[in-house]
Formats: sequence, structure tokens, C-alpha cells
Amino acid sequence: MTPRKRYGMSIDIDKCNGCGACMMACAVENNVPPVPEAANDRKGITWIRVYRVDNHRAYPERRTAYVPVLCQQCGHDTPCVHVCPQQAVDVDPETGIVGQMPERCLGCRYCMVACPYHARYFNWWDPAWPAGMEKTLNPNVAPRMRGVVEKCNFCHGRWHAAQQKAAAAGKREIDAADYVPACVEACPTGALRFGDLDDPSTEVAHDAARPESFRLLEKIGTEPKIHYRSQRDWVRDIANAPHPDGKDQHRG
Amino acid sequence: MDREFIARGLQRSSPGRFLLWILPWAALLAFGLYCAGLCLAKGLNQTNMDNRFAFGLWIFLDLTVIALGAGAFLTGFLLYILKLDELRAVINSAVVIGVVCYSGAVSALMVDVGQPLRSWFTFWYPNVHSMLTEVTFCISCYLTVLLIEYLPIVLRNRKLRDVPSFLVFEHKLHNLVYVLAGVGTFLSFFHQGSLGGLYGVLRGRPFAFREGFAVWPSTFFLFILSAAAVGPSFILLTTKLVETLSRKRLVRPTVYSLLARVSGLLLAVYVLAKAVDTLVWINRTSPGHGFLASQYYSWKPFGTWILFAEIVVFGMLPALVMLTPRLRAHNGWLVGAAAMACGGVALNRFVMTVQTLALPTLSFDSFVSYYPSWQEVGTFLAVVAYGVLLYSFSFRYFNLFPEERELRLEAAVHEEESALAGRY
Repeated sequence: MTPRKRYGMSIDIDKCNGCGACMMACAVENNVPPVPEAANDRKGITWIRVYRVDNHRAYPERRTAYVPVLCQQCGHDTPCVHVCPQQAVDVDPETGIVGQMPERCLGCRYCMVACPYHARYFNWWDPAWPAGMEKTLNPNVAPRMRGVVEKCNFCHGRWHAAQQKAAAAGKREIDAADYVPACVEACPTGALRFGDLDDPSTEVAHDAARPESFRLLEKIGTEPKIHYRSQRDWVRDIANAPHPDGKDQHRG
Repeated sequence: MDREFIARGLQRSSPGRFLLWILPWAALLAFGLYCAGLCLAKGLNQTNMDNRFAFGLWIFLDLTVIALGAGAFLTGFLLYILKLDELRAVINSAVVIGVVCYSGAVSALMVDVGQPLRSWFTFWYPNVHSMLTEVTFCISCYLTVLLIEYLPIVLRNRKLRDVPSFLVFEHKLHNLVYVLAGVGTFLSFFHQGSLGGLYGVLRGRPFAFREGFAVWPSTFFLFILSAAAVGPSFILLTTKLVETLSRKRLVRPTVYSLLARVSGLLLAVYVLAKAVDTLVWINRTSPGHGFLASQYYSWKPFGTWILFAEIVVFGMLPALVMLTPRLRAHNGWLVGAAAMACGGVALNRFVMTVQTLALPTLSFDSFVSYYPSWQEVGTFLAVVAYGVLLYSFSFRYFNLFPEERELRLEAAVHEEESALAGRY
């Protein structure tokens, strides 16, 4: 079924300064718990992760860029959807957003193995917040329990809220201004943009069509809906596969 | 009391000796259960798996033991469907090995998932496109078949035979054996394949992704072939090991020779198929996804040596040994080749599980490593200890090798004849 909308994001890498505001905003919006003390950097949960990459050259030619990586909302042959044994992952035909149902998740982590972007996270611990901090939790988003997988869903709680607002106003369509993911809202440089990729009037559709736009690992054919862009050739090269022994390797 | 449970005509160690044998394994099992309990009670934070290494030691273990346990279905198929009657000598042992491997793997899986109580969801909300659904269905069904096949072995116990209804039930189950062999082969064919398919379908992991036939990637067929090839080798190895430990002859040399021939032949076909598959992957599949195959082997320690070891050292060599009559007649070569074949399948499963996850897919991500935690190792050891214990009890109280009694009598007659010849 063709989605009525095809929500996607454009990220201007040349504007991203790696401040991490998107990560913080995401965690607050989606009730992502703080990382326990025992966790290492590969056990924590962050639905959007900012990687630092460089051009692998020595000073003074050395250049650095920051690449926010979140669920790429693959639109074709979505790797995580067809591997989940119990249909806990699906693509919403209304929005094209890849959704995760923690209530149905077995915690087998096969979807994490399948995801080429490493954008899925497992709850290795029970979610816990420091005393008092639970009062800051977002009531529109259910915290996930231990033993299930979670990931970015383009702030699904906000989409629901926008729908309710539209319904209350007697409208069938939501106002685009009412549905903006937290990371996009929080980005101080405006590097992140969000909208319907199928609507040519949106900024994000315009960005996706620009010649300097690219998607990560496009060749594997999963049609991701996160469009990155950069004026710099070496940054655009990060879309390709790793080259461990070559000079073009980018360090994250 | 203990003596009454041991089949007539069989010699087994004294209860004290047997207790000494099982005690360390029972202690290991207790430790392993403690480790598994920690993982279940406190969560998978007890393991060293993480968001990048989402599968670890346990999945490697599951894939390996299920491949080694394939001897159960293949022996049943060869004996009951293809009528290779010599294999009757090892069929009971093969069934016990199958029960051990499959029940051990399922138990480890129960600890490995984050929400074990939701396992039934897979049956209730099955995703028919997922290889893991196929694996779950087929393994559950096949484990049930194996338990039904194990039941007559238990019911033929000397003491249990005294209960007439058990005897009738055992007879009725025995009549089903041909159906069970057929069903077991069918189910095994699919779940061994689906385990290979688990990785072969991963478009997002070009190191593992393979093209294939219809909905099945080539790894589906390679896993079936490799499991069928090493199954008889593992039966051969375990039988030799039991013979050594119990200091008894359990089967005739012709049985070993047949197992080796079957294993060698299937291994040769597997090695050929694997070599062709690797060439297609290197030259077409991987470059088509933007990944040069050479890059996978640039991340140390996973050099091309691992491919060479998998195909030549642990594939071609043992196949040649087992297919050469002069070499397989020699005990050392035979056991060595069977062990190498089993090692080869373990290496292949290691490559598919561990190497696949260690390699980065994004250009700015790094190569990652993983070492299992002591809780993971303990749980792994629990499966090993459980296997040894179940097999030990089965060997002691059930007639796992039907030729054992006959061979013992032959040996006794031979000894008597030698003594008489010496006297006159």
C-alpha cells in the first residue's frame, strides 16, 4: 500500500556542530532513561546518535564533520520489519514511519542484527530515573521495559497529539507545523528538517532533490528516508561502505 | 536397586564410580543454572552483548549444536527411509544426541531473549516473512518429534518393561518410527536451512547476505548440507569417545566406515557448493551492494586465512580422509577427520554469527569486538554439562548401542578360544 504521507528528514551536515541538543531533546521527549553506571557506550540507549567523522588527513588538511544517525525509516524491503518473528515492527501505511511495538517485542534482537545503521537499541536494564526526575516524564510516551528493543519513531507521540488537535478542530489533515519531531525542534543551527517527502512544496522534499543530497548505504537498496547533504566531497563519501585499509576511511 | 535398571547382558560401572563421574558435571550444571538464573532475574545486562553485538556466544552455540545434532535426523532418514540397516547400531545414540543438542539449544535461547515469557507470541502473531519464525516453528516441532523418538528408548528400560502398558505404548510408538523419521527429516531440512537463512537474508549485512533460489538465500542450502555432513561425524566422534571412556566395543568397524563415507561424501558436496557460493558472493553479490569482499578480510584478526581454513583445512581435507578407504580404516585419521569436520562447521557458524556482527557497515563506524561474560560462559557450560549428564544416564540405563551385548559375547568367546588355544 502506498503511504498517504512519506515522512522523512533532511540533515545538513555542514550545519551540524555536534552539540548533541537533538540527542537530549529526543531522550526527554521519548522518556529514554539515563544510562546506568554499569553501561558502556555500546549499551546505552539514544535514538539519535551523533558521530564525529574526519577526513583522515593530518593537520592542517584535517577536517571534521558531525553526522546524526537515527532510524533511517527504510522504505523498501525494510530489514527490521521482515526479520521480526512476531510482527513487533511494522511500517505505518499512513505515514511510512517504521514503528516498534515494545509490548509485543520478544527481545530476540534479530532486528538489531538486521539493521545496517545500528539504529536500534535494546533495554539491557530496567528503565530508571534519578529520584524526582520521574516527574519530568512525558505522559504521552510510555517508557519501555527491560528486555525489549526500541528506536526512533519520529516522535510518534507528537504525531498522535497533532492528529487529536486536527480532529478536535474538525480537520482530516494535520497541520504540518503541529508535527515536528523533538530533535528537529531542538537543533540550534536548523540542520535538521522534517516533512512529507512526497509533497514537493515541503523543504525536506526540496532538500532531498538537491544534487549534494545523499543517503547512507543507498546501494543496499533499502530506500532510507533520511537525506543527508553536504557541499564537501569527502563528507558525501561517508554514504559508501567502509574502506578499512584505504586512505578514504572515515573515523567515527 | 541400580542394577535392576541396567539392561541384561550389559556391563556398567559401579554406582560409586558412576556417581564420581556425574558429580563434577552436576556441579558444573548447578553453576551454569546459577549464571542463567542471574541473566533471567537481573536481565541481559549480565552479558557482554551490546547494541552492536546483539548476538553473542549463545547464538553461536545454538547454531553449532543444532548442526552437530543433525546426525539424529540423517541417521533416521538413512536407516528407516533408505534402509541402511547397519546404522541401527547407532540410531538410539543419535536420537539421544539429537535430544541433547536441540533441548540444550532451546534452553539457551530461552535465556537469550529479553522477554522469555513472550515466546508464545511467535506462534500467535507469526511473521511469515521471518526466517526466525520458520526456525521457531520447525525447532519446536522437531524437538517434540525427538522426544517422541526418545520415549521408546526410555520405555525399553529393563525395569520399565515390567509395566505392561508401557510395553504396549512403546510398541505403538515403535510402529510410528518410519513416519517420525520422515517428519523429522522434513522439519530438520527446513530449520537447518532457516538457521542459515537467518543470516543470508540480511540485506543490511553484506558480509552475510547471499542471493539464492526463490525466497531462500544460498546459506539456507549450505547450512542443510553442512549440518547433514557433520551429523554423522559427530555420532562417530561421540561413539568413539564413549567406547574409550567405558572401555567397551559398542559398534562394529563397518558402522564407523559407513558413517565416515556418508559424512565425507556430503562434506565434499558441501565444500564444492560453498566454494561456488563464495565466488559468486565475492564477484557479484557483495560488489553489487557497494562492498568489496576484500574489505571484510582487512579487519584483523579476520583475514582470508579464515576462509581458507573453513573451505580447505576443515572442509576439503577431512572429506578426502573420510572418502579414502585406506585412511579412514586408520583410527587416528578417522577420528581426526571427524573432529575437523565438526570443527569446520563450528568455524562456519562462528563466521556467520561473530564475524558478521564485528564488521562495520557504515563508513564511519568501527570494527568491534566482543568477549562473553562469565555468566554467558557459565550458561554455555550448563548446556554442555546437561548434555553429558543426559547422555551418561541414557548410556547407563538404556540400551543405546544394540550391538553392545553381541560384541561383548563375541569378545568373551574370542577370549575363551584364545585361552584354550594357549592351554593346548
